[in-house]
Amino acid sequence: MAINASVRTALLWELLTGMWLTFKYMFGPKVTLNYPYEKGPLSPRFRGEHALRRYPNGEERCIACKLCEAICPAQAITIEAEARADGSRRTTRYDIDMTKCIYCGFCEEACPVDAIVEGPNFEFATETHDELLYNKNKLLANGDRWEPELAKRLELNAPYR
Amino acid sequence: MAEFVDGYLLPGLWIVGKILLFAVPIMIGMAYLTYAERRIIGAMQMRKGPNVVGPFGLLQPFADAIKLMFKETVVPTGSSPVVFFLAPMITFTLALLAWAVIPVDSGWVISNLNVGVLYLFAISSLGVYGIVMAGWASNSRYAFLGAMRSAAQMVSYEVSIGLVMISVLLTAGSLNLTELVEAQKGLWYFLPHFPMFILFFISVLAETNRHPFDLPEAESELVAGFMTEYSSMSFALFFLGEYMNMIMMSGMVSILFLGGWLGPQDMLPGLSVLTPVLAWVPGIVWFVLKICFCLFVFIWVRATFPRYRYDQLMRLGWKVFLPFSLIWLVLTAGFLVYFDKLPQ
Repeated sequence: MAINASVRTALLWELLTGMWLTFKYMFGPKVTLNYPYEKGPLSPRFRGEHALRRYPNGEERCIACKLCEAICPAQAITIEAEARADGSRRTTRYDIDMTKCIYCGFCEEACPVDAIVEGPNFEFATETHDELLYNKNKLLANGDRWEPELAKRLELNAPYR
Repeated sequence: MAEFVDGYLLPGLWIVGKILLFAVPIMIGMAYLTYAERRIIGAMQMRKGPNVVGPFGLLQPFADAIKLMFKETVVPTGSSPVVFFLAPMITFTLALLAWAVIPVDSGWVISNLNVGVLYLFAISSLGVYGIVMAGWASNSRYAFLGAMRSAAQMVSYEVSIGLVMISVLLTAGSLNLTELVEAQKGLWYFLPHFPMFILFFISVLAETNRHPFDLPEAESELVAGFMTEYSSMSFALFFLGEYMNMIMMSGMVSILFLGGWLGPQDMLPGLSVLTPVLAWVPGIVWFVLKICFCLFVFIWVRATFPRYRYDQLMRLGWKVFLPFSLIWLVLTAGFLVYFDKLPQ
């Protein structure tokens, strides 16, 4: 047995089998994703960029209950609100500091009207910090932009909520 | 005036031209060696490697070069600037200098030196100075440790490389690289000296600080070893020097063991049908193919093996390779004398 082992060592047997393995892998399938052109699958529960949604008639959903502001563990959300002329309660200010946000998804879980949601978009890198301090207009614009996908995600996730 | 032109100017220009004929393809080859390395290692690790810059990523080396050129050269506090900048230049120059004696085809050589092997050996040994100077001048612990390791490693493995070379020289009976190649007509030396061929190749891996003997620049222990403090073009010179050394050493392996520019037609008398075809292929093509094969093995080894520990490296050099190559040298000499086959 010892002779067998030393012959193997002298013939570099283990090294050669290792090299044969890497040689085989050279022609095997590659797992690389050509990222900007190819994208990986996302779960409907993926928590990406935030959006404020609207009702089909165009009215904004958020009723300024401030549950999201209260639950936010990073205190990234700032809300100010006052009553409108028609008596409904709406936000005058809804800011999210995206650089504070930890993308935990508590805000969308807390929201009683599915107004604030985290969408599928994760490609919102910017060149300056200021661009990541989202205000209400930006969030509503996000909602308009992503609404079809947001609605579908909510529908898929509804049985589990 | 005519005497000056004929006696000095034209020969001088001819020499410069020859040097450029060598240097430019080597530089391009080296640039694409970095690309080939990334692609091959990528493929072996189930990745794709660089494939974005240009078709198949072929412009990647140029993108890297441009990036390096526009970076800032940082000189560490407490370094000694002259030595600090001299070190990469020495490494780079020495890596190019060795090509002066390497014949790429019959008669295609800048200087057909009678002691070409000695010259090669001397130049490749001098390479350690660039590294030691870099390590000392950087005034940094990592760089210093890397340089110490490199010096010890290169000195150890040079001994067995030298002994292997002597075995080959005994068989060929010449120190001239051109004659050494011609002596291999009919039987390339990697067959009779097969164990030494393997041993030489492994020693070359250690000599060029390549995996699995890349302790001088072991990323996980020493950041980047002797290159830690280098940036921008001074780093690029080190990097290029390392890759050029790889090409040079592959050339050395090809010349000493793989029959240099000789095609395989003399080795395969059974394939007489193919002989005219094989003989028609120019010698330089065979030489480049052999170098490419050696470089592929360099990269292949890097993709396969983990790094040696330092004591293992020293043990392998002094306790395995040195006695083995010494025994082989005695065997070769004994065989040649006993069967009266000493070359005249």
